[in-house]
Amino acid sequence: MTKLREITYAEAIAEAISQSMEKDPSVFIIGEGVPDPKAIFGTTKGLVEKYGSDRVLDMPVSENALTGVCIGTALRGMRPIMVHQRLDFVLLAMDQIVNNSAKWHYMFGGQTSVPFVVRAVIGMGWGQGAQHSQNIQAIFTHIPGLKVVMPATPYDAKGLLISSIQDNNPVIFIEHRWLHHIRGHVPTEMYNVPIGKAEIIKDGKDITIASTSYMTIEALNATKVLEEAGVSAEIIDIRTLKPLDDSMIIDSVKKTGRLLAVDSGYYTGGFAGEIIARISEKAFEYLKVPPQRITLPDIPSPSTPALTKYYYPRHIDIIQKVCQMTGKPTSQITHLIELERKKEPQHLDVPNKEFTGPF
Amino acid sequence: MEDHYNSKLVIKLNEIILIQIYKIMVLIRKFEEKIIELYSEQEMRCPVHLCIGHEAIPAGVCENLNKGDVVFSNHRSHGHYIAKGGDIKRMLAEIYGKVTGCSKGRGGSMHLIDLSANFLASTPIVGGTIPLAAGAALASKMQNKSNVSVAFFGDAAVEEGTLHETLNFASLHKLPVLFVCENNLYSTQTHINERQPAREIVKVAEGHGIKAFRGDGNNAIEVYETAKNAIEHIKSGNGPVFLEFLTYRFREHCGPNEDVSLGYRTKEEILEWTKKDPIKKLGNKLLDDKIATNEELEKIEHDTGIQIEQAVSFAKESQFPKKDSMDKNVYSE
Ligand SMILES: Cc1ncc(C[n+]2csc(CCOP(=O)(O)OP(=O)(O)O)c2C)c(N)n1
Ligand SMILES: [Mg+2]
Repeated sequence: MTKLREITYAEAIAEAISQSMEKDPSVFIIGEGVPDPKAIFGTTKGLVEKYGSDRVLDMPVSENALTGVCIGTALRGMRPIMVHQRLDFVLLAMDQIVNNSAKWHYMFGGQTSVPFVVRAVIGMGWGQGAQHSQNIQAIFTHIPGLKVVMPATPYDAKGLLISSIQDNNPVIFIEHRWLHHIRGHVPTEMYNVPIGKAEIIKDGKDITIASTSYMTIEALNATKVLEEAGVSAEIIDIRTLKPLDDSMIIDSVKKTGRLLAVDSGYYTGGFAGEIIARISEKAFEYLKVPPQRITLPDIPSPSTPALTKYYYPRHIDIIQKVCQMTGKPTSQITHLIELERKKEPQHLDVPNKEFTGPF
Repeated sequence: MEDHYNSKLVIKLNEIILIQIYKIMVLIRKFEEKIIELYSEQEMRCPVHLCIGHEAIPAGVCENLNKGDVVFSNHRSHGHYIAKGGDIKRMLAEIYGKVTGCSKGRGGSMHLIDLSANFLASTPIVGGTIPLAAGAALASKMQNKSNVSVAFFGDAAVEEGTLHETLNFASLHKLPVLFVCENNLYSTQTHINERQPAREIVKVAEGHGIKAFRGDGNNAIEVYETAKNAIEHIKSGNGPVFLEFLTYRFREHCGPNEDVSLGYRTKEEILEWTKKDPIKKLGNKLLDDKIATNEELEKIEHDTGIQIEQAVSFAKESQFPKKDSMDKNVYSE
């Protein structure tokens, strides 16, 4: 049996863009640093060499106007992909994204559309602080007309990006910085992962964990420990925040009777709250215990690692919450949690051991 | 007779100012070099945008400011903070994420503040503080105060709407604000020619009816004199001035290292600019004009070194903020 090809999440993104550009000459990519040697954490590597600077554009630091420019090209048949190294910079372009791109199709009676992908990187760690690590994905889900996707695996990153590029609507494609180096199986050929479909990435019967993006990795780590403790958790990777595939969560909750929503955004008005609202509306009678969420607190992100180590929820928080919800006495898992704490790296503000400095 | 006396006094005064500017530049440089030396210890766990190569601009501009004048800055802010008189112990403690830091460890290198020096803020969203400086100037006007407000920013900020919108408004209301653009040719790894057309940045300000000058940002004396004239102009009620200073960043965009290996700029280009090192340039001038002796310059370096060691001890020995402090200050009481 041949070994399945494994590449990183960042490489999967570069491959999705490259194959989309190869297939469709109307696809182009623009963003601050897209053709530079750092290539947006490696996610645009090789593109300018292959497709030239007419289709692989660097960008002045003019987020709002250039978003408008992209929308303009989309109205005339192009398929722009815009990249932002931090989601925080997208805030400068909210006018164009929200007032124009999101509602253009509807506002003009469906006559024109805006096929437009906005790639934005969220993250945490290394003291980036309040203006460089905001996980405010929920803001976009509030806007009618936008689609919001947040893949957690390299496979989904490629398939969902291809689908986003082929979609006739503005799609906000959000990548967590701590996923870029993760390796996984990615087919070499072009393929689609459909927008609007969640995925059960681990079967279980005691509780449903619905998680997004990087928090899915934390959830997976949590379930390994939970298995040892005899708790069987089902993980649904949300993948698309909008339109949300709530039927899959509902079916799972019918089976497990418990729901924990895990998202890297803030508590109030965050996406975890939306998941809970949906299930409360549509599957209330199946719930054995009140649904719960794990999110960031309603506090801007501090820079110092002395505070971020308490600020960001991790797999241990998920384990504890699941035990509470399933009635597993904490005394029975104290030793397992102790073991997990011992296994943790000295520093919690870096995505991997090799990382030694600024993002 | 009296004239002669006066001109001598002027020269003496200038000499004191030049030495003061030199001291500030050395302090900025040595501060940044200390970061380079210690960053690999992995105890400064935040992004750092070093301003080595830029020192003449903050030092030359701020030497003209009074304590009551206010300064806003961007991500590359260490020099602005130091030149405005910010406490370097508290800045270093901030970079170390300590509770004694100027933002109590909440901000890191990209969010500096020292209200006692009227260094009002630095933030890393490009163009983010430019309108704030105009707002501070508007407040001064409303409150009949005589201070000026200074916005330091890079060449990339010229690409942001905030700059253009602020120039328009500041000109309209003749606000007492000084715009200082540090043009180091790059925005991260992208050359200005890839981002802006071949027009002079000062023309943008002039287009808004604002007096604008371009100068050599590696020549501290030129920076000082240009800023001096600008601030006199502003303080006489003539409205804002825009200054563009050409300079060069010697280290990588973010972090302590050199970056020639990335290949976005050539070794030759870096070498050319190294020859124009602003500190060497001013040091040589001080020696040539016999304003200072070698020994005096060495003493400045030596004393600065001690000052920085004290900041390092302070920062390293300080406590981290406590867990229960995390939710404080989300709202003002
Ligand atoms: C609104 C916004 N967009 C993009 C960035 C990413 N970014 C950080 S620093 C920087 C370059 C800024 O260049 P310049 O203003 O010339 O200052 P320099 O770093 O050269 O001193 C960019 C693009 C940002 N911080 N804010
Ligand atoms: Mg620059």
